Amino acid sequence: MTGKNAENTNKNYLDYVSEISPKTNELKTLLHAFWVGGFICFIGQAVRFLFIYVFGLYGDVLAGATSMVMIFLGSFLTGLGVYDKIGKYAGGGSIVPITGFANSVVSPAMEFKSEGYIYGLASKMFVIAGPIIVFGVIGSVCVGLIYYVKGLFI
Amino acid sequence: MIDILFSFLKAFLVGGAICTLAQLLINKTKLTSGKILVYFLLAGLILQAFGLYEKLVDFAGAGATVPISGFGYLLAEGAIIGAKSGIFGAITGGLASASAGVTSAITFGYVFALIFKTHSKT
Repeated sequence: MTGKNAENTNKNYLDYVSEISPKTNELKTLLHAFWVGGFICFIGQAVRFLFIYVFGLYGDVLAGATSMVMIFLGSFLTGLGVYDKIGKYAGGGSIVPITGFANSVVSPAMEFKSEGYIYGLASKMFVIAGPIIVFGVIGSVCVGLIYYVKGLFI
Repeated sequence: MIDILFSFLKAFLVGGAICTLAQLLINKTKLTSGKILVYFLLAGLILQAFGLYEKLVDFAGAGATVPISGFGYLLAEGAIIGAKSGIFGAITGGLASASAGVTSAITFGYVFALIFKTHSKT
């Protein structure tokens, strides 16, 4: 009897756990993603202000220089092994910022370095970044052509 | 001074919100990070094709440009501006304005992967 009861309570408990834990975990992951992602953008804003007020940059050069610094930071922290630790904690908060794009370049490149500097490192660095560049370039050509055709008629 | 504080707050909140949306998608759909990046890039690109994403950039600054959707915005924006100067600009404008990001990702990526050893446990 006691054995069956224990089994029952065990089952009830497991049901209870599976019912409760995903929700709390999910809320936690959202919160982590929010503050880490927000903080990375906060740093980006600081870099932006530095370039605006100290170096007097604007427009395309400002956007380019800011993303260069963020990509530098993302690749460097990935090299040190720090970014992957941030990634475990923050999930989407570390994937979506441009630093995460840099991480997706450096991480597989380091991993496959042992397969050589050309077909290992240089080709594997595009495993995740490749599709992004492919869809980005094709998308921008589509947008450009639509606006070009639109310009002919208006 | 208060303006600067406000723009930091706006960058934090909007950037955080975009990342939370990504995390929500990861939780609900089990999408891999590579697909999330592609979808967010295309979202930024399409929103800017309708002239919408630049409004978010004006409001949130780095909060809108640092996420990968800001990269899509930059590609679309470059293509739209390029289209004004003719068909050549329409085709090359996107990658031209995104060239800083692509160049630095490839260069820093290769150099740091060369210098550092992998940390992933085998």
